[in-house]
Formats: sequence, C-alpha cells, structure tokens
Amino acid sequence: MPSQPLIRTTGLSKQYPGVLALDSVDFELMPGEVHVLFGENGAGKSTLISMLAGANSPSGGTIELNGEKMRFGSVADAQAKGIYTVFQEFSLIPTLSVAENIFLGWEPMKGPFVDHREMRRRAREMFQELDFEIDPTEVTGRLSRAQQQMVEITKAFHGDLSVLILDEPTASLTDREVDHLFDFIETLKARGVGIIYISHRMQEFARIADRVTVLRDGAKIGTVAMDETDDDALVEMMTGRAISEIYPQIAHNPGEVLLRAEGVRTNGVQAADVDIRAGEVLGVAGLVGCGKSRLFRAMMGVAPRLAGRVTLKGQDITHAPTRQIIHHGMYYLSPDRKGEGLDLAKTANDNLAVNLVMGGRGGTGLINWSAVREASVQIADYVELHEGYRSRLVSQLSGGNQQKVLFGKCFGQDADVYILDEPTVGVDMGTRAALYLLIKELAEAGKAVVVISSDLPEVMHLAHRMLVMAHGRLSAELSGDEMTEDTILKHFFDESGATQ
Amino acid sequence: MSSDTQATGVKAWITRLFVKVGVLPFFLLGALVIFTLLSSKFLTGQNLINVARQSVYLVLVSMGQMLALVTGGFDLSVGTAIALTSVVSAMGMVWLAGIFPDVIWLAILLGAFLGFGAALMVGLVNGIGVAYFEVSPFIMTLGVSSVGAGFALFLTGGVPVSGLPFQFADTFGFGRLWSIPVPVIIAVICIVIMWVLMARTRLGTQIYAVGGNIKAAHLSAINTRRTLLLAYMICALIASLTGLLLTARVESGEANLGGSIALESIAACVIAGVSLRGGIGRVENVVLGAFFIVLVQNGMNLAQVSSYMQMVLLGALLILAVIFDQIRYRIIMQGR
Repeated sequence: MPSQPLIRTTGLSKQYPGVLALDSVDFELMPGEVHVLFGENGAGKSTLISMLAGANSPSGGTIELNGEKMRFGSVADAQAKGIYTVFQEFSLIPTLSVAENIFLGWEPMKGPFVDHREMRRRAREMFQELDFEIDPTEVTGRLSRAQQQMVEITKAFHGDLSVLILDEPTASLTDREVDHLFDFIETLKARGVGIIYISHRMQEFARIADRVTVLRDGAKIGTVAMDETDDDALVEMMTGRAISEIYPQIAHNPGEVLLRAEGVRTNGVQAADVDIRAGEVLGVAGLVGCGKSRLFRAMMGVAPRLAGRVTLKGQDITHAPTRQIIHHGMYYLSPDRKGEGLDLAKTANDNLAVNLVMGGRGGTGLINWSAVREASVQIADYVELHEGYRSRLVSQLSGGNQQKVLFGKCFGQDADVYILDEPTVGVDMGTRAALYLLIKELAEAGKAVVVISSDLPEVMHLAHRMLVMAHGRLSAELSGDEMTEDTILKHFFDESGATQ
Repeated sequence: MSSDTQATGVKAWITRLFVKVGVLPFFLLGALVIFTLLSSKFLTGQNLINVARQSVYLVLVSMGQMLALVTGGFDLSVGTAIALTSVVSAMGMVWLAGIFPDVIWLAILLGAFLGFGAALMVGLVNGIGVAYFEVSPFIMTLGVSSVGAGFALFLTGGVPVSGLPFQFADTFGFGRLWSIPVPVIIAVICIVIMWVLMARTRLGTQIYAVGGNIKAAHLSAINTRRTLLLAYMICALIASLTGLLLTARVESGEANLGGSIALESIAACVIAGVSLRGGIGRVENVVLGAFFIVLVQNGMNLAQVSSYMQMVLLGALLILAVIFDQIRYRIIMQGR
C-alpha cells in the first residue's frame, strides 16, 4: 500500500444543538482500499460520510485529501475533486431515461444540441463494462430499486473518480446483483480507487473489506484489518455484547392452523399453498423479486388477488378488504416504514395512537385519550422505545427507533397472525436483538408469526419452518435440520417448472 | 440549515413557537400593530365585535376546508356549494311558502334541507372522484366548482331569487338571541362540534391518519376511501350552512355568493398552520386564522385601502403563508 492516504480526517466532529453526532474521529482511506464503516444506526456513520461527501460541514477537525486540507462547499464540489457518494436516497429523476440520468449535467454535445445517440452509446458501454443488464433508453422510474441503484452507481463514472462512498448499497439488491457489484468494486480497487463502504451485512465484509472502522455513539471504537478479526469480535465492538445474545431460542409449540391459503395466485406468483399454525414462526426466504412479499400482500388485500382461497381461523377472507382482515386478526408489518408504515410528520405516540384507536382501545364512543395514552406508554415500554423519543417526530428518529415504533403499531390491534415483512430492514444489530425478542414473545404467546426476509441468517435463526420461494413459486418447505444455508440457497435458484 | 446557527434563547423560543403553531401569532401581532397605527377606530370594542360577527362565514367555511386539507387535498368548490345552497334553498322557500302560506317555518325548514341536499351532492361528487377514482383534488373540485356554478346560474337565469319569507332573514340574518347575533351562536355550536369531531372521535383520528400517510392508514384498518368521502361531504355541508346564513343576510338567493371564499378559506387554514401536505391542523387555530383574515380585511377597509388592492394583498398573504409553511415543514422534517 502506498504511504499517502487518499483521505485522512483528524479530530473530525459534528455538533448539532444538544447532540454531538460525531466526536473527534480520526479516519483514513488508502488508495485501492475498501474501508467498511460499521456501527449501529445513530453511531455517526452517516454524519461522517455526509461531511466527506460535502453535504455537511464539520464543526471541528480537518479533512485532508491527498495530504491537502480541504473544505467542501457542496456535494458538487466534492465530486469535482473526485469524491462520489451513492446515498441511500437516490438522486435520479424518475421521468428521464436511464441514459439522460447518467449524463445529467455532463451531456455529450454535438454543436449546440445534446447528442442523444452518443449518450446512449456511452451508457450502453458503461453498463457492459460493469456487467449491468439495463436498457439505457428505459424510463428510470420504471426500473426496480436494485436497477436504479445500479444506475446511481454508474453515474459515479465521470471524470476521475478517486473515492467512492457507498451507503448500504446492497440493501435492495439480489444476490446476483450483489456479486456484480462486488466484482465491480474489485475492478475499482485495481484502479486505485478508495472505497468507503457502509453496511450492516457482515457476511459481505469478509468478501470485500480490507479494513473496518467501528463507530459507536459518535466515537471511533477502533480500526481493524479484516484478516485479523471476525464477525463476533466486530459485533462485540459495535454493541458491547456477544453474537449469541442476538438470536433468541424460540420455543416451538405448534397449535391449530390459523391461516390457510390454497392456490393463491397474484401477478408474478403462481398458485401457492400455505398453512400457518399458532405458536410457530414461519420463515419465508427467497431472492428479491421472487414474490415472497407479494404472496402475503395478496392475502392481506394489499396486492391484487387473482385466484385461490384464504381462510383465517376458519373464516373465508379471500375477498375481504384489508381493514376487515385486520379486524379478523391478521396484521401486516410493511417493509417500507417510510412509504406505508409510519406518518413521519407525527410523533411516535401519535403513530401508536392511530392503531390503538382503531383497535378500540380508546373506547367505543368519544375517544378516551387518557386510556389511549396509557396503552401507548405500555407499548413503548414493551418495544423499548426510549422515553425521550416518544414525543419526538418520527422523521427525527433513527431507522432502528422508527422500526420499534412500527413494531409498536402491531400491538395496538389484537391479532393472532403477524406477517412481518422484512422486519429488520436497515436496522442495527442492537435494535435487531430487541425486535427478535418481541418475535419470540409473540410466538411463545401462541401467535402465528410469519417472517419474510431477504436476510438469510435472520430467517434461519428465527424460523421453525421455512418456505423458500423462487420465480414466483414455492420451491421448498424445510424444517428442523433441513434448514441449512446450502439447502436453502439451492432452492433459491430452483428453476424446476418455473415459467420465466 | 437553520439549526446550524447558534440560536439565542429568544430566537430558539420563537422558532419553537413557529414550529408548534405556525405563522399565525406573528401575523396576528403584525396586523394588530399596523392597523392600530393606521386607524384609531381599529382597536375598539365595537369594531372587534363587528369583526367577530363578520368573520362567522369565513370561520365556518374554513373549518370545512380544513377537513379537506387535513386529508391531503383541498376543496375549491366551497364557493359553489354556497351559491348552490343559496339558490336552491331560496327557490325552495319561495315555492313552498306559496304552497303552505300558513306554516312558514315548515317552508323555511324544507327549503333549507333542499339547499343542504344540493351542497351534499357537490360534496358527494367531490368525494367519489377523489376517493374512488383517485382524481387529484385540484382537478376534481375545480371541475365540480364550474359544474355547480353553472347549475346555480342556470336555475336562476342569473337573476337573484327574491321574495324570501320575512322570518328567515329576520332570524338567521339579523336575529339575536340573548343579544348575541344568531349567526355567531350557530358558528360557536359548529366550532364545538368540529372540535369534538377532530379531537375526540374515531373519524377525526382517521382523517388525520389518512392525510399523514394514506398507505399506513390503510394498513391500520382504516377505510381510507370512506374517510376521504366523508371529509369532502362534511366540508360541503358546512359550506352549505354558511350559504344559508349568507342568503338570510342578503335576503335573496344569489348565484354569485361565495366568489372568493375558496381562496380566503385556504389562506385562513394555511396561516393557521394546517399543512398543505395533509395530516396536520387544529380546529381552534383555524378559527383564529379565519378571524385574522377578516380582521385584515376590516383593517384595510378602515385604512381606506381600495378593494382591488385588498385582492392583491390577500393573494400575497396566502403565498407568504405557504412559504412559511414550507419552511416550517423543513424544520420539522430535519429535526434535531
């Protein structure tokens, strides 16, 4: 490794009124290095990269780029100096074509006019080089989230890229897409680009990381070389607790069948039969886009139901509207907490109150707000939402705390079947452990719990029984010792009988 | 980012007040100071009572408008609901009074119900369009407003409906009960009902939830379509009641009543901190917001500002209020 770091921060701090978001952090990035930033939500990772990306200015400390002190006035300023950041929130314009998005602000010209043909040619070339299968003429808004992410990454390849910052880039990618991304990161490394990589997925670190810097509560805990550490040590650094404390042992006492789906079909999902029993955690695994979420959304009446029959506790709910299904005792936790889970401009308490009122906890006549408030305190205690956060607007909470509020909403209405769709998406390990305990308590209290997740270790550790989906079909049902990573992965790519 | 600056105590307090209740206290204070300086008649008990009486109509309509705004839409057809109510109820009363000259109160009552019915049709069509066909509230209520205004003019041929029963105007236009003007009493009752609706009933909670995040509301077992429909219908009903009171006040059925009230009611709501993105808004603040608009109009009259100039100022005030709403929303969403 050359001795001169690409980026070096010394004593970098960020003070918000009342909160020290980053506490004098020393950090360095070498050329050709993949440096992972690891830490729980709110640990300061986003604050650190926002300052390196030029989106935010530090309140203390210095940033050096190639040994020169820098102050970035804006994101564009940082980009001009070769630092490109792919944020979780995309900067794509959904109504433009893919090629237009990639060349936004850099359009190839032919005289006074934009040369669209050249633009498309170069976009196609870039995609070929990166091995991404995207049509440059497609309207960006019609792409999947994963494809949009790829477009976003492709945008980084203008001018001389020296530092690429990736904020949770794999959160919405399928495994195959992740492979592409990693191949591509290798290519960049070979070119001497330094990569700062933020992720919660530890299984990725071993594959690509050179060094890992762990942050906790705004302070740097330490920087370790990846080949000198392991997952357990990293988790311990991040949380201060051991990994065995994260996944609980859930007792398995299967009771009667609460939810039965027969031949349920919807767009992209072919005739699926599912039985869910009381006191059981059913895992549903599969690649992004395999239809695992859609199948259950169809049962909930959120996605269109084309065929089949669904019964909940013996009652036919096939054509019932969502609200009646909820009243009959089936609750759906959305994977999209911002889009369809929470009201961001309201407080955590207000968000909980809606479900409590709808669940009848405010009385039947005029709402008894003191009863609602009492119940919402109980729920907030139960999901371990810190008292200081309860009357804060949800938009101001970290992802983990938002997810706790979303879980809290589950308990506002009495249900017997809980469909938890990606229950820990974008949530840090510490919060995950707390949420897993809630799942354990639900199952052990005799509820039927469905955990739909793209996070394989999560489903494997929690589920008593597991459905694997591939290409819109149930490709396997596994239980007990059959639930090994190899077996599951094999069924992920099950093409048997699939009509693609 | 405003939170970056070192806020002093006073500034922090002002920011907190602004985030909590919006721009209204500042506007109200400014108006009081300016108009007191411009006219010695402004800050007198008599004038303020006058303003209270005049503001009844806007207060009522604004509360209805608030419902539409809280669901995340708005209602440009409140003026049409008023005009339609005025024309239909006046024609009904005149016609029925001819049939039952001896039971004049029955004629008034039935006439009023015809007016309510006409306005409810407006609300129903708005609600069905917005809730079930997902037409944007802007287009839906704009279209309905043209349709309704057309009907009102068609029914009357553009000529005011005169010859209303004397008792109607005498009671609801100029009457007093315990020396309080009847319209004020009706407005107070409506304010109480609306407050209870929004703060203490499930429907109120549902309206807030639908405006805050309609998908989340759907997954919380809320019938989002019914909620939207009811919001537009209640909005039209309150506008209709206003139309009836205005008809009594002008003693004739007029198709041009309520011409500028859509703009004024939206301005009143936005100034009172009702979010244009939905989900946020309080009845008591909206009442104050409407009162503020009428106060400004009164002050401008006393200061002899021409009515043309008043239109300019009102429009500017609305835009200013929306700008402040935007700033407030930014502060809320950034937090910390």
